[in-house]
Amino acid sequence: MCLAVPGKVVAIFEENGLRMGHIDYAGTVSRACLEYVPEIAVGQYTVVHAGFAISMLDEAEAAQSFAAWRELTEAVHRSGTDLFGNPLPPEETKE
Amino acid sequence: MKYSDEYRDPALAQRLVGEIHRTVTRPWTVMEICGGHTHAIMRYGLDQLLPKGLELVHGPGCPVCVTPVELIDKAVAIAACPEVILTTFGDMLRVPGSRQDLQMARSQGADVRMVYSPLEAVALARQHPERQVVFFAVGFETTAPANAMAVLQARREGLANFSELVSQVLVVPAMRALLAAPENRVQGYLAAGHVCTVMGFAEYEAIAAEYRVPIVPTGFEPLDILEGLLMVVRQLEAGEHRVENQYRRSVGRSGNALAQQAMAEVFRVADRTWRGIGLLPQSGLLLREEYAAFDAERRFAVQGIRAAEAPQCISGLILQGRQKPDQCPAFGRECTPGHPLGATMVSGEGACAAYFKYQHVWIPA
Amino acid sequence: MNVKPEDFSCPLPITDHDTVQLAHGSGGRLTAELVEKFFLPRFANPTLARLEDQAVLECPVGRLAFTTDTFVVDPLFFPGGSIGDLAVNGTVNDVAMGGARPLWLSTAFVIEEGLPLATLHAVLIAMEEAAKAAGVTIVTGDTKVVGKGACDKLFINTTGLGVVPEGINISATNLKPGDAVLVSGTIADHGMAILTSREGLSFESSIESDTAALHGLVADMLAVCPEMRALRDPTRGGVATTLNEFARSSRVGIVLREEAIPVRPAVRAACEVLGIDPLYVANEGKLVAVAPAEKAEAVLAAMRAHPLGAQAVCLGEVTAENPGLVAMRTLLGAHRIIDMPVGEQLPRIC
Repeated sequence: MCLAVPGKVVAIFEENGLRMGHIDYAGTVSRACLEYVPEIAVGQYTVVHAGFAISMLDEAEAAQSFAAWRELTEAVHRSGTDLFGNPLPPEETKE
Repeated sequence: MKYSDEYRDPALAQRLVGEIHRTVTRPWTVMEICGGHTHAIMRYGLDQLLPKGLELVHGPGCPVCVTPVELIDKAVAIAACPEVILTTFGDMLRVPGSRQDLQMARSQGADVRMVYSPLEAVALARQHPERQVVFFAVGFETTAPANAMAVLQARREGLANFSELVSQVLVVPAMRALLAAPENRVQGYLAAGHVCTVMGFAEYEAIAAEYRVPIVPTGFEPLDILEGLLMVVRQLEAGEHRVENQYRRSVGRSGNALAQQAMAEVFRVADRTWRGIGLLPQSGLLLREEYAAFDAERRFAVQGIRAAEAPQCISGLILQGRQKPDQCPAFGRECTPGHPLGATMVSGEGACAAYFKYQHVWIPA
Repeated sequence: MNVKPEDFSCPLPITDHDTVQLAHGSGGRLTAELVEKFFLPRFANPTLARLEDQAVLECPVGRLAFTTDTFVVDPLFFPGGSIGDLAVNGTVNDVAMGGARPLWLSTAFVIEEGLPLATLHAVLIAMEEAAKAAGVTIVTGDTKVVGKGACDKLFINTTGLGVVPEGINISATNLKPGDAVLVSGTIADHGMAILTSREGLSFESSIESDTAALHGLVADMLAVCPEMRALRDPTRGGVATTLNEFARSSRVGIVLREEAIPVRPAVRAACEVLGIDPLYVANEGKLVAVAPAEKAEAVLAAMRAHPLGAQAVCLGEVTAENPGLVAMRTLLGAHRIIDMPVGEQLPRIC
């Protein structure tokens, strides 16, 4: 359930008394209600479901995840085993 | 697309897959509750990459699939009223009722319109004061805040011609029911990342402790799902059973307070029947008395609905993860996506539809 | 460019009415006025001007390609084009997919009583321009007017005739294991332009239809590869449907590579937001081609040299295994079946 997609807020305005935004998804722009993320500013990213922004994307957390995944890559090589736990031939092991 | 594409990096995915393989030493059964996870797993073929002993069971997180037949029949009956514009998410258009679905009703002259957001339905009510605009408010907690705002907005604007036909369900009671069932085999859970975005994950802590199962709120991109699975199996292998948040960029422990407030203002928790599963106590939302004026069930007082399910349909067992679609005698015969007997064959993320789509065995060259 | 009726600078002919009346279709004075003031000036050519019940044409030498299609799109005007563009380009393309040079079109209109004449005029201008761009003449036509509610604004049928050059035998039954599967450019533009311009879906979008006449591109491709196996324009049901039709007709398998599938970022984003799979979305200015493997590079080069094929790519290949099935190797290296769609794809929130 719950198809929700991240996009960038490019405009904030009021419509019928509700705080609304224009959300840019890689060049296609759609309208979303920002009432549930009142602190969001233009240029920030949000996750939108059924025309409503439901969270502000935490960019620091996102960056941390990628750092962790890249670290995983290094750790796998350092340990001397391949992706599936089998020992790597000696010349493939990175120091 | 930023915050999407990076989460589909094949090289990083391979790393996570490899790590899952290195971690798993015994068979485990993990359920992804959310239909969105089922869909993503099928879309990228993630289940093909996992170790053989790691079994994924598809859960009942498909609000389309669990909407009671009676409600579909009521929606069809309401749509038939000439003054009504019945608005709905696209997902609901082809879900079978006892005799018809909404798309069939439209082809017979009912004014049924698809919307992307409940605010579009409110806009229709504003634009057409001479018509009754009914919004089919279906969803889990992710959608409830949107459906709540539509009611609040209609009241603010004095739109007496707007009402909602409510079919809101809650995840946690369903999880508890699954876990309490004696035949439950599931040992760990990927929790629905967008439900948790709204609700937080504090309420899962008691469940994890009581039933001794790891629960991981997970995002929907391949790297999210693979990391979520890795977190679950690491806990299982270590004998742990905590709530651990994979979807940190969107989910916080307490969720979205404003969204929860709007839900609490407009809806109250009530017993609810889940199609294929039956009555689950305190598992759904209904409009509060103060908002009764916006309740389409009361406004249209639809009588004489005698709901009938196709007798062969075992979607309930499938939603609980107790049977697989290809174990159903009707699967692929009387029941196909073109002629569905139950909701799990209609919904794009219903397990039966997914199995039908991907059932052929592909032999790599 | 979102084409609207008021954009057209060609002046609206003066008539007693603002809208199409039932009498416009009854064959009398109003019909004649409609034909003379609206249709003839737009499709001006000697054959049509004779206003006979039939067009008499010099019989071309060779095999005739003959096709018909009816266009019922809503809205009539959408970003990048109109029903008029589709009516001309769609039929030109169906003729061209047989390797034929399109020559003549007929066109028949079913008009709902009450359609503004300005709208009809704008559609006809669009057809005139599309026909000129495609180098085809509209030589005969018909108009009917039906009562309010009996049709949705305007339905247009076009039928096309063309000549297939000697030695060209293009067919969905020709595919052979090893053949290359090519596409002329980005997919899903047209269907998503229509979907995102619909009311109720909250878009303020920039996606334009790709409607275009492809016979020039086809001619360039056949010049370097007369032994082209198959050609089709993936309209309703998208690339997935076309490839399934090929696989079934030739009883072969097809394997695509997900990373090769070209989709414009804005289109892909709109698909993600609405939960739509671009492989199943209609295209109106693209073609899928299957060529012998050894000719693939040459065909791609010819495509890329043409404005309508600048982003042509190889999507995958034909296999002997799994006859009748189309599969895709996903970004992550797993395989999934790309099945025939059941009905129209609907936007979802789940």
